[in-house]
Amino acid sequence: MTSSFSRSWLSLAGLLPVAIATTLFILFLQAVPVIAAGRTLRQVWQWVPGLGVDLSFVIDGLSLTFALLISGIGALVMLYSARYLAGHVHQARFSLLLTSFMLAMLGLVLSDNLLTLFVFWELTTITSYLLIGFDHSAKKARRSALQALLVTGVGGLALLAAIILIGTTAGTFELSELRAMPAILTGSTLYLPILVLVLLAAFTKSAQMPFHFWLPNAMAAPTPVSAYLHSATMVKAGIYLLARMHPSLSGTDVWLWTLTIAGAVTTVFASIMAVRQTDLKLALAYTTLMALGALTLLLGNSTGYAITAAVTFLIVHSLYKAALFLVIGIVDHGTGTREVDRLSGLVRAMPVTAAAAAVAALSMAGFPPFLGFIGKELKYAGALAVASEPVLVAGAVLLSSALMFAVAGIVALRPFWGKAGDPPKPPKEGPWAMLLGPVVLAGLGAFFGIMPSVIATTLVNPTVTAILAEPGEAKPLLLWAGINLPLLLSIATFVLGAFLYALHRPLRRGLIWITQRTPSLDGGWDGFLAGVMAVCRWQTQLLQTGILRRYLFLTFATAFVAMAGTLVAKDAIDLPNLVPDVLPKHGMLFVLIFLGLALTVITQSRIAAIAGLGVVGIGIAMLFILFSAPDVAITQLLVETLIVVLFAAAALRLPHLPRGGSGWRFWDAMLALGLGVTTTAILLMVTASPVDRELTGFFEGASWPEAFGRNIVNVILVDFRALDTFGEIAVVLVAAIGAYALLKGTPERQKK
Amino acid sequence: MSWLLSLPLIIPFATAIAAFLVRGHASGRWISLTGSAIALAAAIALLMVVLDDGVIAGQMGGWPAPFGITLVADLLSAVMVLITAITAFAVAIYAFGDIDRRREELGYHALFQTLIAGVTGAFLTGDLFNLYVWFEVMLIASFGMLILGGEKEQIDGGVKYVALNLVSTLLFLSGIGLLYGMTGTLNLADLAQKVETIPNQGLLTAVAMMFMVGFGIKAAVFPLFFWLPASYHTPSFAVSAVFAGLLTKVGVYAMIRMFTMIFDHDIGFTHTILLWIAGFTMVTGVLGAASQGDFRKILSFHIISQIGYMILGLALMTPLALLGAVFYLVHHIIVKANLFLIAGIASRATGSTDLYRIGGLYASSPLLAVLFLIPAFSLAGFPPLSGFWAKYVLVKASLDAEFWFMAFIALAVGLMTIFSMTKIWAEAFWKPHPTNPDPALDQVPHRGALLLPVAGLAVLTMVIGLYPEPFVVFAERAAAQLLDPTAYITAVLGAAP
Repeated sequence: MTSSFSRSWLSLAGLLPVAIATTLFILFLQAVPVIAAGRTLRQVWQWVPGLGVDLSFVIDGLSLTFALLISGIGALVMLYSARYLAGHVHQARFSLLLTSFMLAMLGLVLSDNLLTLFVFWELTTITSYLLIGFDHSAKKARRSALQALLVTGVGGLALLAAIILIGTTAGTFELSELRAMPAILTGSTLYLPILVLVLLAAFTKSAQMPFHFWLPNAMAAPTPVSAYLHSATMVKAGIYLLARMHPSLSGTDVWLWTLTIAGAVTTVFASIMAVRQTDLKLALAYTTLMALGALTLLLGNSTGYAITAAVTFLIVHSLYKAALFLVIGIVDHGTGTREVDRLSGLVRAMPVTAAAAAVAALSMAGFPPFLGFIGKELKYAGALAVASEPVLVAGAVLLSSALMFAVAGIVALRPFWGKAGDPPKPPKEGPWAMLLGPVVLAGLGAFFGIMPSVIATTLVNPTVTAILAEPGEAKPLLLWAGINLPLLLSIATFVLGAFLYALHRPLRRGLIWITQRTPSLDGGWDGFLAGVMAVCRWQTQLLQTGILRRYLFLTFATAFVAMAGTLVAKDAIDLPNLVPDVLPKHGMLFVLIFLGLALTVITQSRIAAIAGLGVVGIGIAMLFILFSAPDVAITQLLVETLIVVLFAAAALRLPHLPRGGSGWRFWDAMLALGLGVTTTAILLMVTASPVDRELTGFFEGASWPEAFGRNIVNVILVDFRALDTFGEIAVVLVAAIGAYALLKGTPERQKK
Repeated sequence: MSWLLSLPLIIPFATAIAAFLVRGHASGRWISLTGSAIALAAAIALLMVVLDDGVIAGQMGGWPAPFGITLVADLLSAVMVLITAITAFAVAIYAFGDIDRRREELGYHALFQTLIAGVTGAFLTGDLFNLYVWFEVMLIASFGMLILGGEKEQIDGGVKYVALNLVSTLLFLSGIGLLYGMTGTLNLADLAQKVETIPNQGLLTAVAMMFMVGFGIKAAVFPLFFWLPASYHTPSFAVSAVFAGLLTKVGVYAMIRMFTMIFDHDIGFTHTILLWIAGFTMVTGVLGAASQGDFRKILSFHIISQIGYMILGLALMTPLALLGAVFYLVHHIIVKANLFLIAGIASRATGSTDLYRIGGLYASSPLLAVLFLIPAFSLAGFPPLSGFWAKYVLVKASLDAEFWFMAFIALAVGLMTIFSMTKIWAEAFWKPHPTNPDPALDQVPHRGALLLPVAGLAVLTMVIGLYPEPFVVFAERAAAQLLDPTAYITAVLGAAP
């Protein structure tokens, strides 16, 4: 990285994305008054009407909130990246990917058509894959990228299936039309499959247990990517999907319990795991998981409190989490490490960073007067409003919030205060372009906390309205709501959190001890992939043996089973009575043909085998004579003679036939017999039926008067069906070219 | 109209002869390229006419159907001819950088053009025995191309290729004989009417199975695909690209043609079998691909897997499913041929197709990286690329028909495909080259000729992906013609009696 503050980072590759994001943010800001007034904006372009897919976009509260977060945080992160990656050889690619991601994410939240949404959903998956693997020469980055792609890829496919089923059930892919039909999905027989598929998509994308393991690994990406994709925006795509589908899918017990349990387990597990980490970035990654769990849990409900809490917490979290990630990046940049034990007392060298970190952390810990406090109060109110199990849900929220409090201290307090630590590089304050993001984001957390009405009516209320599909449900955002149960729980959180922070070192040691002794899903991942690969290799070796003999056996066996099986299954065996037709001379020819055949099969001399085939051919020629077709017989005799001579000439230069394995030979014989009998049976049945003579009659009639030839076979070959003959001539010529190339073209070193 | 139907056949044959006459000379490649360009124009003209006028037929030699041989172009035939011409044109350019003088002297261009003629003939013919002749032309020309160069590996693959394909020939020819014995005709339109009068319909089904197995070998479905992974990784890259794009698809085309027009008397039986074949083909192909570590071997197994998707479309036999099959055919040919062409460039830049011995392309050759990502993600069915629409339609058709399990397989196989594609990506592009610090594209000779067709095909993939509507509408019309062959039969035999 560049060491001095130079102007070189002011490159087009660095700054164009900032300009794009800023422009978009300003555009979206202009929609705020319209949305706050209760209206929605919709724009439709036709795309694939043949498949019912339109490019339709809608701006309502939900999509606007997301769009503002994506473009606003995007602009700050891109400015940060311009400085962070200045001089990197692949900076232009990075900017391109990050901008593409931003546009895909905006497309996702603005789509009104489910299939369009899916297109953007998958685009975020691809760009995320490429961004996680940005440091592509590191094996760890490649592994993490693939893991994220495959886990979220499963969800993507589930989403596609869900969308198709929704389209079939509701008759539309348009979300706005879907919301207008409240019970169309919940009342459908396909409700459960649709729900399972949608949840699979949302849970993989938003890293809910047990699909959480890819997200901490995704921290292999450069810090701006972690800040942007894997905390503030992309991982919230799953949450967005849950919120978007809330009006159509929620309200059932399955929805309530699945989301509540998955969310609660994820949030508690993640907050414990966050305390365990010594890498600041990983600790933050787990707090992201915790937030996603909390959001899922809240979206399980349909009460105004829960949804207001979810929306507020979504905004709170995006602000402080992006700020903290960027702070960690500055610390890493300035000191060369992210290990918590090597960092302390940075405030003296990095005062602005420390201030931004402190403000963001206070919001994260839920102190008044920051927006995080309001968010936490609402979470408690929302949790308590869960009619069925308020104690359990509130308990989960309490525990995770207290742990968050502790983690906020670990991440944002410890590195900056106390006596100077021992970083690899002397600490240095970051440049303004990198500081702007954390300062603005942390500052907004404080500003919205003091003035909650700024976002309450403009963003939170319309979003709650969009999620619940009815207005007037949103609860007020208040710093002081009087002395009530949520406030008491907040106080309990602070006490418990302070206690946990004081004890976090022994706690961490204990957790490390435990996690090292328990199997993890991430550890099982490599084993899982190895297992899949083993199955792949096993089945490929089973089929693709490389032995031509086996291939031929399987191919003929397939033909036999297909034909004989069909005859039996269709009860089509209707053999004619053969006896009256067989005369002694036929019998003699049969014996001749059979002997020739036997010789071919049994002998180990190629010459003898060819001679045996010749006998078969001559026997067939004689059959033609017996049935008064001398012209065909002559052709047959000529061909047979030629083949025997040519093959014999070639066979003289070849070794004896190898003796096949005796075990296989028996089955070869059985298969040959079976296939021969089946084909013969079909042939006999076909010839037993009367022949349609339309073509033959025409050829007989037209051969001389129209085509001027007396030999009908010849006329067929050169006139009626001349194209066939032309093709066959091409075959012979090409065979000659091929043979020539084969004889002439073998490289010298192989000839010997 | 008959000249318009025979032009796509005459041009490659004439080009083959001209190229063969100058085979010792460098102008052969220019002749091949010019011929391919003219054939492309002819194919476009043919498609325009079929779009405007509907099915057209031409009686070769002036003998009326069903006595002579009829060439027919409905929408499916016409689009297959066009896509063949596009592939041939792309590969003819690529050959400038891929085919060395020694192979040219041995007659590469003549073999190539004859192969294209055979493929085109198979798509255009309306006669069952004539179809067999085109299969022969294809087989012998492809065998010649496969062993051109004479490496030991090529001969080994070539022998397996030709031996197993001869079994297909045998079954196909026997089937023709038996079908002729039952109906007395070889004309497809005539057959479509006469098979209905056969008293023993069970026997007809047994004969249909002969065709299913015969075409199944050609199309490389489970469990008949052995020849394909045994041979496709051995010849020149241009050759494997044209094989990968076109050869199996002729088998699929023949299967679609026969099992929509002739053998539609017992769909409950035949198409249920096709459904099973489709499932197993998708799965075994993709598992085989995952187990490979060579660029071309991975791609070869994926051909099998994707043939399964097309057979799925045929097996479901609904308008949407056949739309999907047609769309998939067209999309797949472009993408698959392109990936093989890219494998050739990657191999030239890094020295091998063995993924564990190469790498570093992302850092050194971003253009190639982008050109790889487009067809690779399209193959895996990622939006907004052509493969997404193909997969989407087939999954929807499966779900609509309530074949949940087939939809699941089609989706899961998509995931495994992305696994294989990212394996290539991670090993050949992301990973640093194990020995060569900077494997660069700009050291590859004739890279313009190699990159141009790759870029062109990638653009086509993007166009189909971003603007699929005309292709969807087209595939829908083609599927409608397949489900109701009245127009085809009328065009061949005249007004219905």
